[in-house]
Amino acid sequence: MAMSETLPTSEPVKTSEPGAVMRLAKMLTRDRFALVAAIFLVIVVLCALFGPALLGDAATAQNLRGRNAPPFAFERGWLFVLGADALGRPLLARIVVAAQNTMMVAAGAVVFSMTVGATLGLIAGYAGKTISQVIMRLADVIMSFPSLLLAVIVLYILPPSVTNLIIVLAITRIPVYLRTTRAEVLEIRERMFVQAAKVMGASHLRIIFRHILPVVAPTLITIATLDFAFVMLAESSLSFLGIGIQPPDITWGLMVSQGRPYLTSAWWLAFWPGLAIILTTLSLNLLSNWMRIALDPMQRWRLEGRTKSDKAGETSNG
Amino acid sequence: MIQLIRQRTLASFLSLVGLIVLVFFLSRLTGDPTNLFLPIDATQEMKDQFRALHGYDDPILEQFGRYVWDVLHLDFGDSVRRARPAIGVVLEAFTWTLRLALITMTLVTISAIIVGSLAAFRAGGFFDRFASLLSLIGASAPDFWIAIVAIVIFAVTLGWVPTSGTGSVWHWILPVGVLFIRPFGLIVQVVRGSMITALSSAYVKTARAKGVKNTPIIFVHTLRNAMLPVITVMGDQAAALLNGAVIVETIFGFPGVGKLMIDSILQRDFNVVLAAIMVTAIAIFIMNLLIDMAYAALDPRIRY
Repeated sequence: MAMSETLPTSEPVKTSEPGAVMRLAKMLTRDRFALVAAIFLVIVVLCALFGPALLGDAATAQNLRGRNAPPFAFERGWLFVLGADALGRPLLARIVVAAQNTMMVAAGAVVFSMTVGATLGLIAGYAGKTISQVIMRLADVIMSFPSLLLAVIVLYILPPSVTNLIIVLAITRIPVYLRTTRAEVLEIRERMFVQAAKVMGASHLRIIFRHILPVVAPTLITIATLDFAFVMLAESSLSFLGIGIQPPDITWGLMVSQGRPYLTSAWWLAFWPGLAIILTTLSLNLLSNWMRIALDPMQRWRLEGRTKSDKAGETSNG
Repeated sequence: MIQLIRQRTLASFLSLVGLIVLVFFLSRLTGDPTNLFLPIDATQEMKDQFRALHGYDDPILEQFGRYVWDVLHLDFGDSVRRARPAIGVVLEAFTWTLRLALITMTLVTISAIIVGSLAAFRAGGFFDRFASLLSLIGASAPDFWIAIVAIVIFAVTLGWVPTSGTGSVWHWILPVGVLFIRPFGLIVQVVRGSMITALSSAYVKTARAKGVKNTPIIFVHTLRNAMLPVITVMGDQAAALLNGAVIVETIFGFPGVGKLMIDSILQRDFNVVLAAIMVTAIAIFIMNLLIDMAYAALDPRIRY
């Protein structure tokens, strides 16, 4: 907190110099919840990247004498601190390894649906009425059907694999980005700077990518963070129902499902992977809340060095 | 208003037709239910007979044409599994889901509006932070995990409520409780955000300047204006519940439409799947119309 005293001394005009990344990092330290969330997410991403290489063997080594070993028993080594599953495999190692598939499916689905949704949304918002209507009706069809059931039907026909799972989840999420982008574009295209660019003879592509997209991008990124959590929950639900990722591949949702038969005798089998899901989605939600403020020029002051009373004094003066 | 209803009906009808076509052909691509229903040592003759009986041996386009013709005459076909009209099976399951959704949404709405308004009124205060964190956790938790943890704690360990099934009031507590959590978390956040915006607007300052007390400011002045985004989110959540809370219904053995759809897809009981889609689509259509009317009722500036 002592740091905050030194911040406002630099002149406001020059604060843009340290670069956007530093500025965001400083704002992140202002919000303790968001900071913890960001650190946790970095750890999860590191697990997803390096977990299978480091702990892959430990996660699949069966040990029938250690079946359903209880958690917090240290005589087997630190890997068994969360207990062991029905085949005596250490749960901690399995959670770390499962992070990869869980993250990969969610990230793939979010990137895919955001790219397609934003592109269609830009077209629908910028192009004429007919194209816009066609695209919006398409979105209505997708939205009128429960995403989980759509996924069930498609995955029942296609073999469940990581790629198919990503495609199915992505399709159900496209309307979210599409509608947001279109709504924002409809409003932005009427603004003065877009009109000015048009008058100066900028091409359509230039207007879309240089003038409209940068304004829409923060909203899209905020939604994507939130959606990452949603897609993760959806994938977990599908894997839990047995139509998502198939063994021997694992995700957290599948681990909960595998632990379900042992609920009454060994609660930890289903409890820890579920906790991993909750903590990750909670972190994503917290980070998304922070982003909504940090990326909004109107609200950013809440996270920058100044206190509320400074701001109040400023506005009443000006 | 009439214009809106006509437009909506047309749009919904078109998307419903698209959906039916999609599901009809996709589900038949997986094959017919013959091998699932006949014993494993059934002769080819028996299989042919089964197929002929249910019309699975006709070309797929002919099957589709026959189905459309029957539906136009309000005949939704029979459930292969249950040997009863599919529409009866679906409506029975749907009444269960409808009751579940109504009870849950009523509880969610009342409690989320109260908690969200109080949190917004003292934004940044202790209650606000507590409520925000609680609602965030609620919105982040996977329902299947909550469901099985709840079963272990309340049904197995404490023995207060039954683990699954229906029959008494006690059977409703766990499913409603688990379904309550996520919409509650989401709606509290929306109520809070939109109340904060409304409370900082000019008319509230005027009301305060006139000396209006806090309670009427919240419940008379701002709540009505803050309700519009809340109703949108409520509609989404209610639609999700009407579609059948697949996971919760499966875990608690609740005979709702979500469980029926999953079971029917796995059993290739095509007529039931299609009838279920149509019934829920119509229910959601009606609900969306009601939501639009609620907009107009709350905000006289909105006209259709």
